[in-house]
Amino acid sequence: MTSVLEIDKLFVSFATPDGAVEAVTGVSLSVEAGECLGLVGESGSGKSQTFMAAMGLLADNGTATGHIRLDGINLLSATEKQLNKVRGERIAMIFQDPMTSLTPHMKIGRQLSEVLIEHQGADKETGRRRALEMLDRVHIPEAERRLDMYPHELSGGLRQRVMIAMALMCEPEVIIADEPTTALDVTVQAQILDLLTEVKDNLGAAIVLITHDLGVVAGLADRVAVMYAGRIVEQGTVGDIFATPTHPYTQGLLACTPRLDVETEELVTIAGQPPNLQNLPTGCSFHPRCPHVFDQCKAQRPSLEKMPGGQARACFHAAMGAAE
Amino acid sequence: MSDPFLQVRDLKVHFPVRTGGLFVGQYSPLKAVDGVTFDLNPGETLGVVGESGCGKSTLGRAVLQLVGATDGVVSWLGTDLTSLNKKELIAARENLQIVFQDPLASLDPRMTAGDIIAEPLRNYRPTLTKADRRKMVEDMMERVGLLPRMINRYPHEFSGGQCQRIGIARAMILRPRLVICDEPVSALDVSIQAQVVNLLMDLQRDFGLALLFISHDLAIVRHISHRVLVLYLGKVMELADKAALYATPRHPYTQALLSAVPIPDPTKERNKDRVLLTGDLPSPLDPPSGCVFRTRCPRASSVCAETTPMLESAGEGQAVACHHWRD
Ligand SMILES: Nc1ncnc2c1ncn2[C@@H]1O[C@H](COP(=O)(O)OP(=O)(O)O)[C@@H](O)[C@H]1O
Ligand SMILES: Nc1ncnc2c1ncn2[C@@H]1O[C@H](COP(=O)(O)OP(=O)(O)O)[C@@H](O)[C@H]1O
Ligand code: SF4
Ligand SMILES: [Mg+2]
Ligand SMILES: [Mg+2]
Repeated sequence: MTSVLEIDKLFVSFATPDGAVEAVTGVSLSVEAGECLGLVGESGSGKSQTFMAAMGLLADNGTATGHIRLDGINLLSATEKQLNKVRGERIAMIFQDPMTSLTPHMKIGRQLSEVLIEHQGADKETGRRRALEMLDRVHIPEAERRLDMYPHELSGGLRQRVMIAMALMCEPEVIIADEPTTALDVTVQAQILDLLTEVKDNLGAAIVLITHDLGVVAGLADRVAVMYAGRIVEQGTVGDIFATPTHPYTQGLLACTPRLDVETEELVTIAGQPPNLQNLPTGCSFHPRCPHVFDQCKAQRPSLEKMPGGQARACFHAAMGAAE
Repeated sequence: MSDPFLQVRDLKVHFPVRTGGLFVGQYSPLKAVDGVTFDLNPGETLGVVGESGCGKSTLGRAVLQLVGATDGVVSWLGTDLTSLNKKELIAARENLQIVFQDPLASLDPRMTAGDIIAEPLRNYRPTLTKADRRKMVEDMMERVGLLPRMINRYPHEFSGGQCQRIGIARAMILRPRLVICDEPVSALDVSIQAQVVNLLMDLQRDFGLALLFISHDLAIVRHISHRVLVLYLGKVMELADKAALYATPRHPYTQALLSAVPIPDPTKERNKDRVLLTGDLPSPLDPPSGCVFRTRCPRASSVCAETTPMLESAGEGQAVACHHWRD
């Protein structure tokens, strides 16, 4: 088992007028070829910034420390030139809103072929032919006609398919999909998730799926990492995380998600709200909301530790399954 | 028969939309809501679901007459709201409130939480003393889970979930009998969603409130609703008691919607039966003939293109508009 992308003790902080904000705190993660890693957590927990750092796309006020390795290269110390080559060619990103990555005034065909022309020195004709193949591959109907259309002429679902086609153009080793279906209707979301499953099964790329939706993760991910306030609080196989979540936050998230397959009398809630990163609680950041909190949680910060079965958690409370 | 509470009959909202060339002032009707009929009873929650653009928000707004009806009746306690003049409508709205999706955007950033919540009181109970008004606002803040000492804070000082509580407090301060909730929790994180949904259900229990709960989230709708109305291109596809709709959905669209919802259980999610819909919602400016759903329907036949299916009973507490629901 070799990881394609390996993140090691990543810290990301932003300078703001009110002082530094640490958005990512000592995160370590890795993904293997052909594997899908689901990264879940509520908004503001640091999911996106973790991978923005990997892509060298942090805002100007952001700095990252630690190691992010893409076989051998440390992306955090890579030159802009190396990063440019990595982006698009070896790591591709798919965002929630395709319009942020598509150029509004450029025809679809040209946007897709430019990727190849720029990164692989392909000629125009090859570029267009591959663009057409790719649109077919992501099941865009009437692909030929779409080549000459502009992004705004497509529906949200088709635009997201174009985005995926663009991500696939150079056959990247890693695809980072950041809330790829959050803006879509469930019916279209189901289509896009099927497509991503196909991509994972057929291309052998490593996929990082960032989402706040546990259902989406359940369908696609092989492993799951749960983030809270900039840290990973639990990590394990998708089967373990859903069957025996051991961190109180993971348990809470699963319990408060309304579901179609079970009738619930009253929704369980997690008390309070996610903390302000500039004013984090002492000890375990989750302690003010945790039903199992005890003295140690307020005084010390639990570190992420592997348990016998391979599942890892950062919590002082005795591990116990969801069945409890 | 119980007393009429809210009765919506064959409601239509058609927006004139400029089609044709830039200079050819040609208008076509965009049928955002096209012949919707339902009843809502005190203490009841009717969920309204459908993909975006199906007409959910327009339906909610038309019930309050925030957008005019092209045709049909919105009867509130026996009075047709569509026939009222502006003044009469304002009086009627005392009992009818609305909560919007985007908590922060729907609150005036220059007003304090207290002023926002008190605003309906100023309009409808102008004779209240300042002290009484403040007391009512503080009580309501407490009731919806806001700290009364935050009364002088501005919206940006609250989190998304708290802003939604302010919106709910404002909607509840006059003790209305019906609240339209237009995607009230869609912008919130799951842990906060659950808090707000529980709050709405508590308020309903305490005040006998009727809710029209608009959402694209079928799991939340299942949790909160007594009955559910499924809209597609402005038309009712299915209207059923919650238990029937989720256990035995009859309309192919309902079946497709339900089967598309991801289940947070890897084994179930990966092995479930799915009714996959192809393509997107057709343009409401040029809806398909016959059954509006037929272009995406896995069961469509020639009759579906020719005849519009009527809403018919498909068992106790369940009505469906489909030629082939028995197949
Ligand atoms: N440019 C920035 N300046 C200051 N804070 C930022 C900046 N970008 C992101 N943040 C903060 O970093 C935290 C993590 O953000 P993000 O990774 O986007 O969260 P998620 O993707 O989990 O919703 C948030 O609290 C956010 O406000
Ligand atoms: N003021 C308006 N003028 C023209 N078209 C409108 C207006 N409001 C809504 N629509 C259209 O009506 C349809 C239904 O919209 P809406 O009620 O917002 O749907 P939903 O809430 O289900 O997403 C959409 O096609 C929308 O573009
Ligand atoms: S009437 Fe026909 S097209 Fe419409 S839902 Fe039923 S089978 Fe499908
Ligand atoms: Mg994000
Ligand atoms: Mg809407």
